[in-house]
Amino acid sequence: MSPQELVNSLRSFLPAEAVLHETEDLKPYECDGLSAYRQLPMIVVLPRNEEQIAKILQLCYATKTPVVARGAGTGLSGGALPHAQGVLLSLAKLNQIIAVDSLARTARVQPGVRNLAISEAVRPYGLYYAPDPSSQIACSIGGNVAENSGGVHCLKYGLTVHNILKLRVLTIGGECLEIGGESLDSAGYDLLALMTGSEGMLGIVTEITVKLIPIPEKAQLVMAAFDDVQKAGNAVANVIGAGIIPAGMEMMDKITIHAVEEFLHAGYDLDAEAILLCESDGSTEEVADEIQRIYAIMQQSGATKISTSRNEAERLSFWAGRKAAFPAAGRVSPDYYCMDGTIPRKHLADVLRGIEKLSQQYGLRCMNVFHAGDGNLHPLILYDANQPGELEKTEEFGGKILEMCIHSGGTITGEHGVGMEKINQMCEQFGAGELEMFHAVKAAFDPVGLLNPGKAVPALHRCAELGAMHVHRGEEKFAELPRF
Amino acid sequence: MQTIIDQYKTIIREAAEHKIPLQIRGGGTKYFYGSSPIEQSNLWLDATAYNGIIDYEPTELVITARAGTCLADLEAALDQHGQMLAFEPPHFGAAATLGGCVAAGLSGPRRAAAGSVRDFVLGVRLLDGKGEDLHFGGQVMKNVAGYDVSRLMVGSMGTLGVLLEVSLKVLPKPVAEITLCMEMNEAMAIEKMNQWAGKPLPISATCYTGGELFLRLSGAESAVRAAQLKLGGEELGEGGAFWQSVREQTHDFFQSGKPLWRLSIKSTTPGLPLSGLQLIEWSGSLRWLIGNAGINAKTIRTTAKDAGGHATLFRNHESYIPVFHPLDPGMMKIHRALKEKFDPSGIFNPGRLYPEI
Repeated sequence: MSPQELVNSLRSFLPAEAVLHETEDLKPYECDGLSAYRQLPMIVVLPRNEEQIAKILQLCYATKTPVVARGAGTGLSGGALPHAQGVLLSLAKLNQIIAVDSLARTARVQPGVRNLAISEAVRPYGLYYAPDPSSQIACSIGGNVAENSGGVHCLKYGLTVHNILKLRVLTIGGECLEIGGESLDSAGYDLLALMTGSEGMLGIVTEITVKLIPIPEKAQLVMAAFDDVQKAGNAVANVIGAGIIPAGMEMMDKITIHAVEEFLHAGYDLDAEAILLCESDGSTEEVADEIQRIYAIMQQSGATKISTSRNEAERLSFWAGRKAAFPAAGRVSPDYYCMDGTIPRKHLADVLRGIEKLSQQYGLRCMNVFHAGDGNLHPLILYDANQPGELEKTEEFGGKILEMCIHSGGTITGEHGVGMEKINQMCEQFGAGELEMFHAVKAAFDPVGLLNPGKAVPALHRCAELGAMHVHRGEEKFAELPRF
Repeated sequence: MQTIIDQYKTIIREAAEHKIPLQIRGGGTKYFYGSSPIEQSNLWLDATAYNGIIDYEPTELVITARAGTCLADLEAALDQHGQMLAFEPPHFGAAATLGGCVAAGLSGPRRAAAGSVRDFVLGVRLLDGKGEDLHFGGQVMKNVAGYDVSRLMVGSMGTLGVLLEVSLKVLPKPVAEITLCMEMNEAMAIEKMNQWAGKPLPISATCYTGGELFLRLSGAESAVRAAQLKLGGEELGEGGAFWQSVREQTHDFFQSGKPLWRLSIKSTTPGLPLSGLQLIEWSGSLRWLIGNAGINAKTIRTTAKDAGGHATLFRNHESYIPVFHPLDPGMMKIHRALKEKFDPSGIFNPGRLYPEI
């Protein structure tokens, strides 16, 4: 079927404005949050309900047209990068909160609802939706399911997979599956876990039932400065070793502290090599008890300066610096590239030293922000895309960081997903047997391979060639080979 | 230890070649649970041979152990460092293994507050139906590389592979724990459990039985005492023993010898119109039922489905009633396809979960 015929078929059941195919209309969809990768889709569709999505999928299935789902487009790994011969399925118009059940502490929502909008809607009941990715003001809950998004509170409150109960999913054939339930578990295999973080490769999520939890009575923050990164890392281990699970535990390195302080004047200690933010939340009594213990542990761990937030305004101002790390990176550098490895925390100092060495080797600065509680590291490599070759150098640097994460017993992606960006590193992290099984899992849902082809799991021959040639990111010779 | 894995591989490949069903046996404490395999097989694999803790660092909150490790030994190792498996898995016997705990996927009283087995699984190593040695997930809390095959293993009843190693997130044990007890009727208990779950209270377990609601509070001493003042009720002296009896089903309620149903449903569902004895856990989401004579499986399953969940014939089942809630055709299709991929010869515990897989 030609593109025009496909457009006509789509318009037989969708309004004309819900089917885009002119280049200028397609342009806004050419990339997601990872703007280094761009590709125009053949067609963009903007359905409004599940019935329309089912028809779109049936048509794509019949015509063997690839389908790439897109939520808010804030993803950082190119997971929603369009397919040149495919349909980009935008779920943005499915943006309704269908029902809130405050007594059962659940909400049924459509995939295009913004993460933060859920918490805003249920605040009157004293409830909220816990996972809070940094993009929560814009990112959609459907995208959160696709990436298994986390946030700064996930050591204590879990990731998306821990905070959803049920999904309605359409298969590529347009068949509807109800996965999970309103109960805490369901019969058969745990397909809810399999769907979460599957990057749009297995099915299209059309409705999500999320769990809501009570807003803590109180939250308080300890900020501690250290003259050595290793000491800060030890302080994190000491807090956890003492039996405390902080609501949030964030670390920033020196270059980040300076970039942020210049930008925001949050009162950070400019002499510090690392700053830790450690938050406690819960009942007033619980928080009082925990904050006292955290303070003592920071002291014993050799902090050079410790402050405890005295009120809500101060707590927010301590946080503001951490939350401004990305914009601050944008201020000190024309471009930055955000990485997302996770490591066992005990290797933090080694990995940071390794990054420092690579930074000198590549002549590129790197800021490090770290979800210290759960080992999720976000190095921000600073570069200038207008300098020829600098993006390639940056990608190579990033690839090296990810390899270091794997070798320290961690993973190439903690919460941003593999997408297009980290597909080569998948060959480093997994062997042929595991990758084959991933392809088999995909085939169980999508036997023809039409959903988001080329993402998340590399083809075996691709890895074999990369391995055999020992080449690095961006240098491989057979870029035209299909990856599925 | 590699020798044992090689032995497992040999057994699997032999079974696969001749298409002989292979029973995977751990400590044998949960034989009562699940369907009887369609074909009784003489070929079995002793999953307890591969055992022992591989790596445990309390400050990383992660433990990695071989699947044959005795669950009690694993919990004892955690206890030494003031940590625990927060999902409080039932053992149902001293020989219970980590592998059996993950394969059965059962969680105890803390489940509604802390999460289930699958919520704490971070990674697995397994042998598939071809005897391939595969690693999924890892030892870190956040990991989205590849599909979440580790969690898929939880509750799969050994139908997808032989678990070799499992990494789990662990949590510190609460400093203080007390149990409160208050008399009330069932409707009031269900409403209260749900209301309180929506408030910032340190409730870590709930149970309603015999006209009494039991609440366990966990946390800092001051926090637990403050919550006690808000909630009222009487403090139970032997709280620990009570929750242990619910977790291990040694409580009187479970001793009838009659069929025991497990209904996992929406927490706010009012008292079920099913005649028999009931015990409620998990803030209302879990209802145990010992049905009166004459109650049929179909009624129970329809009731559970209408309440947003499913019903399992947990103990003392009669062979003509399916143990697990039947799946819709679309879901069964995916289950069969997954089984086909992990276990192409259909040798792993066939029929233990559903006749089709």
